[in-house]
Amino acid sequence: MRALTWQGKHDVRVETVPDPEIVNPRDAIIKVTSTAICGSDLHLYDGVIPGLISGDVLGHEFMGEVVETGPASTLKKGQRVVVPFTISCGKCFFCERQQYSACDNSNPADKQDLSEPLYGHAMGGLFGYSHLTGGYPGGQAEYVRVPYSDVGPLVIPDGLEDDKVLFLSDILPTGWMAAENADIEEGDVVAVWGCGPVGLFAVQSALAMGAGRVIAIDEYPTRLNLARDLGADVIDFKQTPVLETLMAMSGGIGPDAVIDAVGMEAHGFAPDTIFDNIKQHVGIGADSAHALREAIMAVRKGGRISIPGVYGGFLDKFPLGALMEKGVQVRTGQTHVQRYTKDLLHKIGEGEIDTTFLISHRLPLEDAARGYENFRYKQNEWTKVVLKPGTGAAS
Amino acid sequence: MSHHHHRNRNTGNGLIALGVAALAGAAAFAFYQTQGRNRVAHRPPDSAPGRLGRNGRDPYAVVGRSVLINAPRSDLYAFWRDFSNLPSFMENVRDVAVSGDVTSWSIPAPMGPVRVETRIVNDKQNEQIAWRSTEASDIETHGKVTFRDAAPGRGTEVEAVIAYVPPYGEVGRWIAKAFQKEPAIQGRRDLKRLKMLFETGEIATNHNRKK
Repeated sequence: MRALTWQGKHDVRVETVPDPEIVNPRDAIIKVTSTAICGSDLHLYDGVIPGLISGDVLGHEFMGEVVETGPASTLKKGQRVVVPFTISCGKCFFCERQQYSACDNSNPADKQDLSEPLYGHAMGGLFGYSHLTGGYPGGQAEYVRVPYSDVGPLVIPDGLEDDKVLFLSDILPTGWMAAENADIEEGDVVAVWGCGPVGLFAVQSALAMGAGRVIAIDEYPTRLNLARDLGADVIDFKQTPVLETLMAMSGGIGPDAVIDAVGMEAHGFAPDTIFDNIKQHVGIGADSAHALREAIMAVRKGGRISIPGVYGGFLDKFPLGALMEKGVQVRTGQTHVQRYTKDLLHKIGEGEIDTTFLISHRLPLEDAARGYENFRYKQNEWTKVVLKPGTGAAS
Repeated sequence: MSHHHHRNRNTGNGLIALGVAALAGAAAFAFYQTQGRNRVAHRPPDSAPGRLGRNGRDPYAVVGRSVLINAPRSDLYAFWRDFSNLPSFMENVRDVAVSGDVTSWSIPAPMGPVRVETRIVNDKQNEQIAWRSTEASDIETHGKVTFRDAAPGRGTEVEAVIAYVPPYGEVGRWIAKAFQKEPAIQGRRDLKRLKMLFETGEIATNHNRKK
């Protein structure tokens, strides 16, 4: 089959790799019909996440048709399914508590040795996201082997086309959980750093949860406009000092809740960003966290901090004093996708949530490398790329 | 001009020396504070498992690990007690042969396969299985696996402890670690695979094809 493989920093290629087959009883094989490039794939593209091996198949936002099932799968051939990016067994301590992304069993035993010393505990398995999270071949491919297919995949009713439901695989539940982690109360002022897909879905979710005012922060006009269309006020950090503006827009007390939807590759001209970026270039394992530092400084006393943005390593110049002295709450984590998919599918079916506004480009899988490059370097125009295996020829 | 320059350099060196002396003083003071104050002459044992104590000076290397498995204690005990089940989750055990209470293990190792022969020395149903190597064994080892009820609804805590005399001593142990054949690594992974087998009915793998 054809699949997008990681070859090194800023080097991804579509190559021919062996087709997957059923390996474990609960597996299913999915023929991919739509698969997206995620903002977090750019961390892999930029080489700031450790644990990738040349030839790894990337991609963790995908859906398709069931073409083969293991003896313990509950899926049927021909069903259309969206596959959560978190691989979860459904049976362990964490899955039983619906903390699916913390699954204790999905990361193979030898791969757990990579994240255990780094984080104190082994990570759960994820599709196409480095060997820290299992080294599972990802979804930017024609076919994917999906473990625990009786737990993860969400069957999609006929009549809902791919573009409407694809983002149930990651970014829609991630934006939703980001807002849920902000414990939003009616009328709250909520600030969201980053108007990428997760930030935009966090804006949408925060408003749906009753926020009185959502303030979205970015620098790209197209992305700020998308946030504005959803009902947010916006701050262009290239034009306006963020902290002072947030104070002015929240009656002088600061936002009740802040959401960092930027993560480890914060950019912009700030002294801490320059130091962080130097460290990131010298050695792997350092995070660039300007957005998070600013969010901690901005949040009101006793407020809530939600971190859906991805971080991988270590940080200094961290405003720990502000974090402690202000008595805030912090909630983080990879998304417990399976906890949210059914409800969100229902909202999509009822027309309460639309996600198609986000897609700026649809490309054949063969053009995936071009998709990565533009999503990385033309962020204003390329807001979300969806790849369609089996369509079009290489261009 | 040059005289001036020279004097400046001297002043600079003096400042550096002063800085180094100040740092050394601060370090010595910090050391004194940690060592000299709140000193504890005798430390009674704490609640940690014995295998984790920092008490060295023992020919045995002691390794171990605890896992939480969402399954009944009696099922786990019964499965482990039938040693022919062990290769299903112990990656580095090639073969197990049981005759009476003596078990023979074939284990590939960096310096060629080793044969370990063990005898059960303590067997408490649903609680503990302990073993010790016989005279015929290539490696001197003893160990035990214990099964305890976890908090209600959490299943069973399984803890394995293995003490062994590393072939070729500490150096041999480092070589084994490099080949990922060292008992601490094997034991950790094996217990996780046992957990997978019991909780999910299969052992997680990222391989896309059967080998």
